[in-house]
Amino acid sequence: MRRGFQPLERELHGARHPFERVIGAVLLVCGLLSIGTTIGIVGVLLFETAAFFRSVPISSFLGDSQWTPLFEDKHFGIWPLVAGTFLTTVIALAVAVPFGLLAAIYLSEIATMRARRILKPILEVLAGVPTVVYGYFALSFVTPLLQRVVPGLAGFNALSPGIVMGIMILPVIASLSEDAIFAVPASFREGAYALGGGKLPTIFRVVLPSAFSGIAAAVILGISRAVGETMIVAIAAGQQPRLTLDPRVPIETMTAYIVQVSLGDTPTGTIEYQTIFAVGTALFTMTLLLNLASFRLRQRVLKGGTH
Amino acid sequence: MTSAAQTAGPSADLTMKEKGALVERLFSLLSLLALFIPLVLLAVLFGDALRDALPRLDWNFLTGYPSRRPASAGILPALVGSAYLMLLTALMAIPLGVGAAIYLEEYARPNRLTQLIEINISNLAGVPSIIYGLLGLELFVRGFGLGRSLIAGAATLALLLLPMVIMASREALRTVPLSLREAGYALGADQWEVIRRVVLPMCLPGILTGIILSVARAIGETAPLITIGALTYVAFLPDSLKSPFTALPIQIFNWVSRPQAGFHVNASAGIVVLLALMLLLNGLAIFLRIRLQRRTS
Amino acid sequence: MNAFFSTARNREQPDAGPSLREKLRSEELKAWFGDAIALKGISLSIPEKAVTAIIGPSGCGKSTFVRCLNRMHEVVPGARVEGRVHLDGTDIYDPRVNPVRLRRRVGMVFQKANPFPTMSIRENVLAGLRLQGIRPGRGGELVERALTQAALWNEVKDVLDRSGSSLSGGQQQRLCIARALALEPEVLLMDEPASALDPIATQKIEELVYELKASFTIVIVTHNMQQAARISDRTAFFMLGTLIEIGDTKDVFMNPKEKMTEDYITGRFG
Repeated sequence: MRRGFQPLERELHGARHPFERVIGAVLLVCGLLSIGTTIGIVGVLLFETAAFFRSVPISSFLGDSQWTPLFEDKHFGIWPLVAGTFLTTVIALAVAVPFGLLAAIYLSEIATMRARRILKPILEVLAGVPTVVYGYFALSFVTPLLQRVVPGLAGFNALSPGIVMGIMILPVIASLSEDAIFAVPASFREGAYALGGGKLPTIFRVVLPSAFSGIAAAVILGISRAVGETMIVAIAAGQQPRLTLDPRVPIETMTAYIVQVSLGDTPTGTIEYQTIFAVGTALFTMTLLLNLASFRLRQRVLKGGTH
Repeated sequence: MTSAAQTAGPSADLTMKEKGALVERLFSLLSLLALFIPLVLLAVLFGDALRDALPRLDWNFLTGYPSRRPASAGILPALVGSAYLMLLTALMAIPLGVGAAIYLEEYARPNRLTQLIEINISNLAGVPSIIYGLLGLELFVRGFGLGRSLIAGAATLALLLLPMVIMASREALRTVPLSLREAGYALGADQWEVIRRVVLPMCLPGILTGIILSVARAIGETAPLITIGALTYVAFLPDSLKSPFTALPIQIFNWVSRPQAGFHVNASAGIVVLLALMLLLNGLAIFLRIRLQRRTS
Repeated sequence: MNAFFSTARNREQPDAGPSLREKLRSEELKAWFGDAIALKGISLSIPEKAVTAIIGPSGCGKSTFVRCLNRMHEVVPGARVEGRVHLDGTDIYDPRVNPVRLRRRVGMVFQKANPFPTMSIRENVLAGLRLQGIRPGRGGELVERALTQAALWNEVKDVLDRSGSSLSGGQQQRLCIARALALEPEVLLMDEPASALDPIATQKIEELVYELKASFTIVIVTHNMQQAARISDRTAFFMLGTLIEIGDTKDVFMNPKEKMTEDYITGRFG
């Protein structure tokens, strides 16, 4: 960050170059912008959520089992949306964790250095595809395909976008897990080989347990991405908030609800307008806690060596 | 040691394959598949989309306007909207992002404030994009009274890109060795002059690469734009900063949401255009990175 | 030179005395790291149930040699070996030999103790068996035996479920020895096992080695000549990947045949 001897030189030069101070101030403002953005986000969310809770009691928000703010008979229970998010996230993880972890093991333990250098960036491509494209794939290709195999699969469902989301977050889990596995010291592996351990037992009994914190951090980050994902579910999961764990029926996630309302014409100050911020606050809180947990785990890896 | 023992070959105990050998082979195959199956799946999906899209991809499509009839719909407003949007976003994000990076790398002391800024930046990088949309909606569209306009969309996207631009610029700034800065100071230049004349020119390709990659990512962003009110059916080109607008991913989204099969074909054509643009931008970034390596080596 | 031997003489000699039967023999053993040659053709014999010390300046190939004895050298990417190593008459580099099986008979202890941090003391001792797919259950007897052999049992018998890394450096190293001994190897290779330890812990390790030679063939790499003189029966002196001299420890230290050996031992270099 600091390059050595600046305090002295600032005293020498600051005096004869007031312009320098202006530049410093301008740049400081740029730096503060990030704090400003966070304050902005929190402020905006809290402001409208507070307005929301003036009309709707928290007991209703947390207690009602229906979410129908756009209908005549209004219910404001958040749980159907949370259930939708939860369901799609779980399905995404069911795809991303096994595939991602296996891919990570392959890249760090089995692949040659050259193969790793080529394959790792190719895997990153999966993360770079715009989510609206993934959403299109989910709706137009994956759902019809699954409908042939899964009886009773509706046109909008949680299974199809869940699987596609899994593919999308796979690189996150694979890449961070791979870093964690790669960071396990050679001395552990050597110790295991010297004890007559084959490659597989060494990986599963020594390497993976040692890399556990890093892998957990990767998975939690993947969860955070899945929770915050919008377009795939907005396109393919449906707009029917439903308190269910059935992956075959239309549901609505928290993010898709915000999209649904934004597509319509919702005047400011109405309860409908406020609902998107209430949902947004719930969403923000969730991803914040998940990101924090992931960060803490990664810190633990850095400080205490592996594990 | 008897020669008989030597010619008989190693004992069974030493030559025995551990029970895990076959399992190990299978596992290697399984994990390789785990790596390739998603890639192959994606490739197949792209192939299908491309096949569907090709008949629709013609000049009329690229220069036409959306229409109620799928066959005659075009993406010109979306293309133009995206182009203006990227330009405005870059104009806002670059000075702010690079400025913040310069501040953090060159001026800031390692104190509480700096730590706070850095925590914020890494936190903001993980916030879902739709939350930025909510921020933009309340702050820019309603608060500043900009309405559902191009400038509001660009401002929102600029905030979204900021953490990325800052991180990439900091990386680029760090590649300039201390010795070069010291040389500048020794020649009597003050801090800003050293930055302006020594540091920035050296890491400019790196910063540019970071910006291009950020723009490549922004071009595909949909959720925040929908939230601030980008229109999904636009039959005109934006004519001012406060004009309503649409963008390529929004248009794709709109077409995907329609039940008619014809619109799905349009959506796939739009996707091909979008991906082509992203490929172009990424290729440009890679090209720049190679140029950069050649310069410094 | 006599000073080196005073401490050794103070200990009781084990009954059997060093056996003359050969346990390991290398024939023209060469080893490379990529294109760089580390061993230029080592031919030597290692007697059974005795301690053979390998000494020499840094980079002379002693660690590489020892790692060739349990085929750990080839685990390093780009490493290569030529030549033969006979264990009880069988060439371990025969293509039919499974290196993993070999390591059950030839165990290794490393310079820096590397107990597995995610495992308890008990689990560490049993790790070798589990890694080979054997299920020892709670393994109570086995754990006690191995830890006793490693002179660690009394210190840890009440805390077997504590993490392996909660022990002191010297204890961790003895835990690694116990871990290796749990597999009941015939040979124990030790690569500078005490170099990272304080003098008291070092002494404990040396005493342990002295006791273990009654049951195991031990090859110990050390840069500490006094240590070699104290605990070994045979000593081999390496220089730049070549074996300069090998013989009974007493002879090598009192009457070295080669000038280089004498120079090294008297501290003129390295």
